[in-house]
Amino acid sequence: MSSSHTDLSKRHSEKPVFSAEKMAEVQVLFAQYPEGKSKSAIIRVLHMAEEEFGGWLSIETMDYVAEVFNIQPIEVYEVATFYTMFNLEPTGKYVFEVCRTGPCMLLGSDSIIDYIGTKLDIKVGETSADGMFTLKTSECLGACGYAPMLQCGKKYHEHLTKERVDEIITAYRAGQTPN
Amino acid sequence: MGRRLLLEHDNVAGIETFDVYRKNGGYRSVEKALKSMSPELVLEEVQKSGLRGRGGAGFPTGMKWSFLAKPEGVPRYLLCNADESEPGTFKDRYLMEKIPHLLIEGMIVSSFALGANQSYIYIRGEYMWILDILEKAIAEAYDKGFLGKNILGSGFDHDLSVAPGGGAYICGEETALIESLEGKRGNPRMKPPFPAVKGLYGCPTVVNNVESIAAVVPIINDGGEEYAKIGLGKSTGTKLISACGNLVRPGVYEIEMGITVEEFIYGDDYCRGIANGKKLKACVPGGSSVPILPHYLVTKTAAGEDRLMTYESLADGGFASGSMLGSGGFIVFDEDQCIVRNTWNFARFYAHESCGQCSPCREGTGWMEKVLHRLEHGQGNLRDIDLLAEINKKIEGNTICPLGDAAAWPVAAAIRHFRDEFEWHVNEREESQKRNYGLIREPQSIA
Repeated sequence: MSSSHTDLSKRHSEKPVFSAEKMAEVQVLFAQYPEGKSKSAIIRVLHMAEEEFGGWLSIETMDYVAEVFNIQPIEVYEVATFYTMFNLEPTGKYVFEVCRTGPCMLLGSDSIIDYIGTKLDIKVGETSADGMFTLKTSECLGACGYAPMLQCGKKYHEHLTKERVDEIITAYRAGQTPN
Repeated sequence: MGRRLLLEHDNVAGIETFDVYRKNGGYRSVEKALKSMSPELVLEEVQKSGLRGRGGAGFPTGMKWSFLAKPEGVPRYLLCNADESEPGTFKDRYLMEKIPHLLIEGMIVSSFALGANQSYIYIRGEYMWILDILEKAIAEAYDKGFLGKNILGSGFDHDLSVAPGGGAYICGEETALIESLEGKRGNPRMKPPFPAVKGLYGCPTVVNNVESIAAVVPIINDGGEEYAKIGLGKSTGTKLISACGNLVRPGVYEIEMGITVEEFIYGDDYCRGIANGKKLKACVPGGSSVPILPHYLVTKTAAGEDRLMTYESLADGGFASGSMLGSGGFIVFDEDQCIVRNTWNFARFYAHESCGQCSPCREGTGWMEKVLHRLEHGQGNLRDIDLLAEINKKIEGNTICPLGDAAAWPVAAAIRHFRDEFEWHVNEREESQKRNYGLIREPQSIA
């Protein structure tokens, strides 16, 4: 478990709770699985919880998800720590995950990673001073023919160039979703 | 351009909607199967088609289906493996994004054949926007009576839903996928028991790749024998190839099995050659885990015959001078690319993605990454090259799932064909940090 979970400044001050609307969505997911097998929905619900509660999974969030599933918290930690998409630390408002695997590397992903880092004055894994952007690298995201690329939220930004990166950052800063 | 069975309508406007898909012949296979065929007949057609698993292993789909246990009163499941994560592979994504109903149609017919009343599409979490596309299409299919109770009055009930992963390459391995779908860490299971006997929730389960399931649609529409007429020998039908790397026109292509590799790389209908007028240096034809081929073994086999886009021809020469069709993730390297750097990059991928369950893989992939890192960065020695081979031998065959082999093979192949370039990184340390090695010479005898 990462150190943030013992760092009290990085904890949720209020207990995270799904809205009635979100709870209804969770019930729909539960119904997709046979009686007694609702735990199958846990990855999806963790994605929902991350989105709802600040873009990362605090220990409070995971404990709450355990309550929703009526399982032990350890069963949630086990899952949350295994899958790399889950953020176990707070992140910036937008997380750039730049693919660094072979096919992207052949087309210059290393220089894109360096360029974003220089532009935002951060290293891989860090968040910009204004709290807007976190830079991460990722393993193959299945966009090899459209390399280099980065993912931000649900959106894939492909065929990246330095100019394209500039446009993307400008758009997010202005509160828009880049094309 | 050959026949296109899956992507025929990929550019029709609105093909992602039920109505347009239906107008273009969609859901005919469901009508045909549910109204005029028995599950056994559907299975028979798939067996006749010679369809082989399109995820990478190439195991005959009909045979896999025939192994499914059918104990009385126990539910059976069909799971679609949409956890496409093999570096170089992005074909399933294209199919699902463009023609989601094709996959849904295939799921219904396949589930009918297997007697599964519930099926799931397990999609990698990073493809979350495709999950939205699929769920929209599934809702349409329910609305039109192609999913749910008593489909088309046939008495067959079927429910289908989608589940996302959370970012783990290993969940493309079928038993890890099952674990993940049960809401657990994606640690592969020991086999036996195979999923066909004990899979999801301990029930008989079939796991098939997206493209395999989609291929069931034309097989039922036209008949298995028609499908088998396309292709060559045991490589029947069409195959989606996702081409990437240093190509003029990378992308997803549906090919008839049996075209030459030469035509695929250089032909006007396909990739149109190496980008920027460069020369071909190497090719990984089936996703990052298959052996890399040096330029002189890409378009010709060691025996000097044309290399074809088939399971057999790409594997011709075994690991000494061949590779594999794998997932169809076709990665092309131009003369400026560094093989040591790429081998290190792939090793880093496997070290990152090892689930950690088996020591040989957990430790071995990490060691390979470290040793390759120092070779690439001019800090290695000649002994390291043999050390890699030794680590390889300790991983290969000693793990529960094939991730260990997948990590070991590319390293072994790179050293086999590009040993000169590895040695150059040691003997010319400083030079190797300034420029790339370039092309390798064709050996006098390669057989």
